[in-house]
Amino acid sequence: MNKTNLMEKFSTQALTQTNMISQERIRYRKFRYLIQNASFSLIWLSGLVTILILLIVIGYIFVKGIPEVNWDFLTTSPKGGLSGEGGISTTIVTTLYLVLLTSLIAIPLGIGAAVYLVEYADEKYLKSHITKGIIRFIHLGVETLAGIPSIIFGLFGFVLFVSTLHFGFSLLSGSLAGACLILPTIIRTTEEALRAVPDSYRQGSLALGATTWQTIQKVILPSALPGIITGIILSTGRIVSETAVFYVTLGGSYRMPTSVMSGGRTLALHLFYLAMETNAIEKAMGTGAVLVITIVMINLMVNYVSKKINLRIHQETQ
Amino acid sequence: MNNIILETIEYSVYYGKYQALENISMQIPINKVTAIIGPSGCGKSTFLRTFNRMNELIPGVSVGGKALINNENIFDMDVVSLRQRVGMVFQKPNPFPKSIFDNVAYGPRVNGIKDRNVLTELVEKSLIGAALWNEVKDDLTKSAMALSGGQQQRLCIARALAVQPQVILMDEPAASLDPIATLHIEDLIRNLSEKYTIVIVTHNMQQAGRVSDYTAFFYTDQSRTGKLVEFDNTRTIFTNPKDSRTEDYITGRFG
Repeated sequence: MNKTNLMEKFSTQALTQTNMISQERIRYRKFRYLIQNASFSLIWLSGLVTILILLIVIGYIFVKGIPEVNWDFLTTSPKGGLSGEGGISTTIVTTLYLVLLTSLIAIPLGIGAAVYLVEYADEKYLKSHITKGIIRFIHLGVETLAGIPSIIFGLFGFVLFVSTLHFGFSLLSGSLAGACLILPTIIRTTEEALRAVPDSYRQGSLALGATTWQTIQKVILPSALPGIITGIILSTGRIVSETAVFYVTLGGSYRMPTSVMSGGRTLALHLFYLAMETNAIEKAMGTGAVLVITIVMINLMVNYVSKKINLRIHQETQ
Repeated sequence: MNNIILETIEYSVYYGKYQALENISMQIPINKVTAIIGPSGCGKSTFLRTFNRMNELIPGVSVGGKALINNENIFDMDVVSLRQRVGMVFQKPNPFPKSIFDNVAYGPRVNGIKDRNVLTELVEKSLIGAALWNEVKDDLTKSAMALSGGQQQRLCIARALAVQPQVILMDEPAASLDPIATLHIEDLIRNLSEKYTIVIVTHNMQQAGRVSDYTAFFYTDQSRTGKLVEFDNTRTIFTNPKDSRTEDYITGRFG
C-alpha cells in the first residue's frame, strides 16, 4: 500500500467519525434546548402566577376600596358602633404615632445591640468562654425572636405592659410590644450592614490614632447607614401592617389619641374591626386600599434606598 | 548608626502557639528609609505592625521581648497616642468613603483639632507633602473614591502625614499600583525621608534598592518562624552580603 492510499483511508475514516459525532451532538444540543425551554416556561409561568395573584388581590381591594377613598373619608373620624360609618382620620394619626413611638424605642436599642454584637463582641476577639457563651445565646435569641409569631409578642405585651405595669391599652403598651416585634429585624439588618463595611476602613481609622468608638461613629456607622435605613423602613412597614400585637395592647378606641396613655386603633386594626364587627364592608375595603397604598409606598422607599447603596458600592469598587 | 528611633530587643511574636517571629533584635535609625525584604510568610508585615501595635487586632496574638520607640516601651504606651506618632500606609489604598478634605482631616479631627483654619492648612500641607496637591486642589470636596489607585495611595500617605507622625510604616505600598504610580510613590518616599522615619516592607528587591538607606533581610525555613538574617546598609546588603542566604535571595536564587 503506498502512502497516498493510506492517507486517504485514514482521512475518510476520520471524516465519517466526525460526522457521526456531530450527528449525535446535534441531537443532544436540540435536547438540551428542549429542556431549557421547558424550564424557562415553568419559571416564567410561576412568575406570571405570582404577579397575577398579587394583581388580583390588590386589584380587588382597589376596585372595591378606591371609590370609598376621598378627602372626607381620610379626614373624618370613625363613628364607632356597629354601623362602621365615618372616616379613618383617627386611625391614620394613631398609626403614625405608633410608628414614631415604636421607632423611637426600637431603633436606638436595635442599632446599639447590633454595634455591640459586631464591633465589640465579635466571637473571634472574645477570650473568656463565658462571654462567648453569652454572645452565642444572644445571637440565638435574636434569631428565635425573628421567627416567633406576632401574637406571642402581643400576649407578652398584654401581660407585662398592659396588666402588670398598668400601662393599660395604650400607645405606650402598643409601642413597647411593637418594639419587641421589630427589634430582631433592626438588629439583623444593622448587623449585616456593619459586617459589609470593609475591615480596611477600621484598620485605616485605628492606624490614624482614632479610638474604637471614634472609628464606629465616624467611619463605620456612616458607611453602614443605607443598610441600616433599609432595615428601619422595613420594620416601619411591619408596624403599619401588624394587627395581632396591637389587638391585645392598643385596645380599639376609635377616638383621637391625646397622649401616650391613650388607646387607639391603627389602620390595620380598624380594618379588622370593620370586617369582623360591622356591616360596613365597603369602608373596610377603603381602609384596605389606604393600607395597601401605604405599604407600597414604604416598599418603594426601600427600593430607592437599596439602589443608592448599590450605587455607592459600585463607586467604591471602581 | 546613631540616632535610633525604633528598636526591638529579642522580640518574638506568637499567633496562639505558632511562633511567627523569633528573637529579632534590630535598630532602626531616625529619618532614614529602612526596607524589610524577605520571602512570603517570613513575618515582615508582622514585624512592621509591631511599631503601631496593629497586630493586637489579630485574635490570640502575644509577644515576647521588647519593642521601643525613643527608648520607651511600645507595649506600655497608650495605643492611641502611639498610633499618632507612628502612622501607617497599607498595601491596598483604603481611603474612607468621604471627600478628599475629610479623608486628610480625619486624623487631626479625631485627635481633637476643630479649628477650620488649622485643618485647612494641615490638609494643604499634607497633600503637598504627599505630592497630590496639584492634582486635587481644584476640588477637595470630591469623593476620594473617584481618584485613581495611585492617587488614592498618595491620599492615604497625606492622611498619615496630617497626624504629624515621627514614623511612617508602609506595608508594600506600591504592590497594587501600576509602574508609573509606583514611581511616584518611590519618589515620594525618598522626599519624605528628610523629615520622617520610614519603614517599608516590600516584595520588590529593586524597589528596596532604589528607595532605602538600610535593608533588613528576614528569612524563614520549614518551621515558618521568621528570623532576621542580616541588617545593614542597603548598599552592603545588595553588593556584599555577609550571609549566603541573603546573597541567594538578592540574586534571585529563590523566593
